[in-house]
Amino acid sequence: MSTTYNVIGTRPIRHDGADKVTGRALYGADLQLARMIHGAVLRSPHAHARILRIDTSKAEALPGVFAVVTAADFPPAPADKIVDFGEGDTLLSSLRGNILASGKVLYSGHAVAAVAAVNAHVAAEAAALIEVDYEPLPCVLTAPEAMAPGAPILHENLPNGNVAELIRYEMGDLAAGFAEATVIVERELDTATVHQGYIEPQNATAFWSSDGRIHIWCSTQGSFVARDASAAVLDVPVSQVKVTPMEIGGGFGGKINVYLEPVAAMLSKKAGRPVKLVMSRRDVFTGTGPTPGSRVRVKIGVNDAGKITAAQAWLAYEAGAYPGAMVGPGAMTVFACYDIENVLIEGFDVVVNKPSTSAYRAPGAPNSALATETVLDEIAEKLGIDPLELRLRNAAKEGTRRADGPRYKRIGCIEVLEAMKASPQYNAPLPGPNCGRGVAIGFWFNAGLPSSATLSVNADGTVNLIEGSTDIGGSRTSLSMQAAEVLGLRAEDIHPTIVDTDSVGYTGVTGGSRTTFATGLAVHDAAQMVVEQMKARAARLWAVDEVSFSNGTFSANGQSLTFAQLAAQLGATGGPVSCSATVNPKGVGGSIAGLIIDVKVDPETGKTDVLRVTSVQDAGKAIHPAYVEGQMQGGTAQGIGWALNEEYFMDADGDMRNGSYLDYRMPTALDLPMIETIIVEVPNPGHPFGVRGVGEANIVPPLAAVANALYRATGKRLNRVPMNPATILGL
Amino acid sequence: MSAKVQVQTTINNEPVEFLCEPRQSLLECLRDIVGLTGTKEGCGDGNCGSCTVKLGDRIVTSCLVLGVEAAGESITTVEGLAHGSTLHPLQKAFLDHAALQCGICTPGFLIAADALLQKHPHPTEEQTRFWLSNNLCRCTGYDKIIRAVQAAAIEINGAAQ
Amino acid sequence: MKAFDYAAPASLPEAVGLLASQPSARLLAGGTDLLVQLRSGRKEADVVIDVKKIPELNEIAFSPAGGLTIGAAVPCYRLTADASIQSHYPALVEVASWIGGTQIQGRASLGGNLCNSAPSADSIPLLIALGASALIAGPAGSRSVPVEDFCTAPGRNQLAPGELLVSIQIPPPAPFSGAAYLRFIPRNEMDIAVVGAGAAVTLSNGVIAGARIALSSVAPTPLYVPAAGESLVNQMPTAEALETAAKIAQEAASPISDMRGSAAYRRHLCAVMVRRALELAVARALEIN
Repeated sequence: MSTTYNVIGTRPIRHDGADKVTGRALYGADLQLARMIHGAVLRSPHAHARILRIDTSKAEALPGVFAVVTAADFPPAPADKIVDFGEGDTLLSSLRGNILASGKVLYSGHAVAAVAAVNAHVAAEAAALIEVDYEPLPCVLTAPEAMAPGAPILHENLPNGNVAELIRYEMGDLAAGFAEATVIVERELDTATVHQGYIEPQNATAFWSSDGRIHIWCSTQGSFVARDASAAVLDVPVSQVKVTPMEIGGGFGGKINVYLEPVAAMLSKKAGRPVKLVMSRRDVFTGTGPTPGSRVRVKIGVNDAGKITAAQAWLAYEAGAYPGAMVGPGAMTVFACYDIENVLIEGFDVVVNKPSTSAYRAPGAPNSALATETVLDEIAEKLGIDPLELRLRNAAKEGTRRADGPRYKRIGCIEVLEAMKASPQYNAPLPGPNCGRGVAIGFWFNAGLPSSATLSVNADGTVNLIEGSTDIGGSRTSLSMQAAEVLGLRAEDIHPTIVDTDSVGYTGVTGGSRTTFATGLAVHDAAQMVVEQMKARAARLWAVDEVSFSNGTFSANGQSLTFAQLAAQLGATGGPVSCSATVNPKGVGGSIAGLIIDVKVDPETGKTDVLRVTSVQDAGKAIHPAYVEGQMQGGTAQGIGWALNEEYFMDADGDMRNGSYLDYRMPTALDLPMIETIIVEVPNPGHPFGVRGVGEANIVPPLAAVANALYRATGKRLNRVPMNPATILGL
Repeated sequence: MSAKVQVQTTINNEPVEFLCEPRQSLLECLRDIVGLTGTKEGCGDGNCGSCTVKLGDRIVTSCLVLGVEAAGESITTVEGLAHGSTLHPLQKAFLDHAALQCGICTPGFLIAADALLQKHPHPTEEQTRFWLSNNLCRCTGYDKIIRAVQAAAIEINGAAQ
Repeated sequence: MKAFDYAAPASLPEAVGLLASQPSARLLAGGTDLLVQLRSGRKEADVVIDVKKIPELNEIAFSPAGGLTIGAAVPCYRLTADASIQSHYPALVEVASWIGGTQIQGRASLGGNLCNSAPSADSIPLLIALGASALIAGPAGSRSVPVEDFCTAPGRNQLAPGELLVSIQIPPPAPFSGAAYLRFIPRNEMDIAVVGAGAAVTLSNGVIAGARIALSSVAPTPLYVPAAGESLVNQMPTAEALETAAKIAQEAASPISDMRGSAAYRRHLCAVMVRRALELAVARALEIN
């Protein structure tokens, strides 16, 4: 199927571009309001401790302080109430407990109290004056330790100690499958806790008006989720809260949860003024949700033909302080790229004394793909088969059933693998000794969820687009392009605005790679409605029954008007045209991504240099190829950082020793080469333009691809991520 | 709180006077007192480069400069790069090459890249990456940023000999 | 950060007087360590004394006979751009371009690096290898201390109350001499040395006449290892000789395990980095002259 588009597939300048390169774009911390005051949050120095006493009197007495809040200021949480977060549900008691600790602190960095004062310096001084008496308790920091008998227990109400949830997916006959295998490889791999690393720290400003309305300005991936979660924590109706999403400085899943919003609101209620809270970088590392550390064991059997006969996985993910590790998606994706008859997958959601984890780009999938893709690499080597060929012989295709139930519609696994095989990098020689090339692939579901959009036709022939999807990487433009395509206009003719929660229909988070797909669908549907209304206007003008619309021109009986010409006559033909659509799409199309990476390892120091990378991904249809490439490059860079150097380095007491960019070691410009990209387009039948969503699958392959490359370079199969220089040397 | 200090300085070629506490960083002064919020804070300890400004003849992370130290200095922020409504070639190149996603690191990269192109009219990829290693970007993997800077170098200084 | 007052004395006597009258004063040069420490609460100050207006702390002076004087507040970007340093002390240009990144180098100074007295300080092993000394001014006048004696413990040094570092003085490079500093970091920039090694050698008729070797990040202070250098004297710069010196340096190290590396890994790296620094220093000694 080949469709010709006028706008889709081109690379227009993004609509918010000029604002963002001139410093005019307003991010959350840039907000200035009259009478605004500033807050600071006091955090626990202990990983696990009972709070015996909190005395805020000295802080309250400090000149310049307006308000102090603790958990006691918030309404109690009913034990079983659930809040929907878009990418997963959360217990209200967990959410509220994470926002301000009550009874116990569960990780070093857990918020305990907050202060609002005349400026941020005074607020910080006041926070330091709050006296908290703790009774330190033993802490437990990894999933295997937390699952062991006698481990310190975080929550008394969990039925299985620190295991919050057990997941089990089973298909076929595992024993029979392994009996057919001629080669069986089993490996266990650990990954460390890592952070999304967005450059903009969390921030929130809130004003609790005397009429009871609460206005929150914040950096969030989903204004409606922030609204609903804040309302739940504050125990007020959602209609009482209005969230204005400010520009966002990165999220990657980490800005779906609320941390500061309800605290700022409660401080504002007490102070009677707008209150702004901004996290420090250390607060971001220790007080927001990183992605789980994990232990994953995978066993795969293949026959002589290189066909997988059975696969088994055991996954234990660290949820952090509250239940909700992304072990579900980890379990569902562990074998998702392959057509396997006999499968058993067991997953464990384990609470530990670390920050409560949250989503991070294809949450849970890189951890499990690391195990599967390195085991397959080892099997390919044992069988003497090219690693991509082994994957091709087992690739998932239309009709393949995943162990967790669903059967795939059209899926681009084979196409991605073929593109990897044909890529310039895969066919180029390695430059010399101590070098290695690794490959891996990965799957991500992508999400649907509701989205809304309104299009209003201007008399000059342009169209205003009102929407509620946070723009993290050019979605204003990818949405405008879809409207423009339907309306026969240029991308520049669409004027997108992202509005607050009072001003547009419910829209889910910018997460799950869903915005271009789902909000795109809402925009597409609204644009179709505009076309129909405009046709009716032309029909009235020409007194005809049928009007056709093609390439931006309305015509009937030899008469024609361009979109702009007709737009100028709307007043005379019945008034303005404005159309809204709200969708809740079911036709989500999963995305497969692959990575080829060449590394060179210094045998004396263990240092890895990344020489060359090619990222391949099935976009379904790339609406704006430059921003699709950008997603692929960004996910690849994050995955390489995760694989090589990033980790939460905790001491035995659960204190993060490297909570700064200096020591957390995200890749700098000097640590990466150019990142080659190959966009594969296997259209998603569930979207009018074939869009699948490209934000996440690209971070799934790098961990395993790096591990496989390091093996080729050093002869060592490492069982721990990060595979940093010391790990590579075993020191 | 200690006594506020009056600071006379030049920001984006205009004389500016502000009052600040000695403990306030130049970044705070620019953002919260002068109202130039284009310069961003990402880490507060000089490691992300989001708060990069030009101070005199070199670039600095303004989170690690005290506002009082700016007395008598000349400062350029991202708000001072464009000429009126005409974008600086680097700003245009960043848009043409899709070199920003979330955009929070962009002001710092633009100021740093501008200083690079003044020192090295035609920087190699390695020089560009080395110079920009004090600026973190978490969205792009740097690829499109490097390409944008190299394209701007040609736009500003002509093709390399 | 606690509130403080700010002073910017314009002369050395003024600064010394101010320092004497303000026991809880902190000196500000580039601020890349101090402001981070004040913000995190690791240090406090009632007064911050900005030393950048003092002429002696801002000068770079070189003469073939007297060597190099670097004012304690001279930022790295001025060092890397200085023609005399580029031609006579190439290793110094390298180390100044590795402290932090470009923006940090717009502020950070070698004097600040020395006075911060971190075990991991990048510039100190090279300064030791180059035979540099620290010129200190105080209420009792001025004195000079060899850099290898300057640091006394993590974050502590020889500066007595009321004293400040004026400049770092480096002897003129001898004929057929070369120096190098190499560090190991997991990233390629913006990192603290897991291990750093500074080395300087002087050749005479192809034989090593003198050598100085120092390490960072492997002891409570930057570590001068005289025996390592002495083992090379009167030796040809063979691979075996360099390896032996590296092993001696490694033996002198007493690294700890922390988030930047285990003691075992650091110990391993000592030998690698010292040998590589020596190789580069020897190559420079041969090539420059």
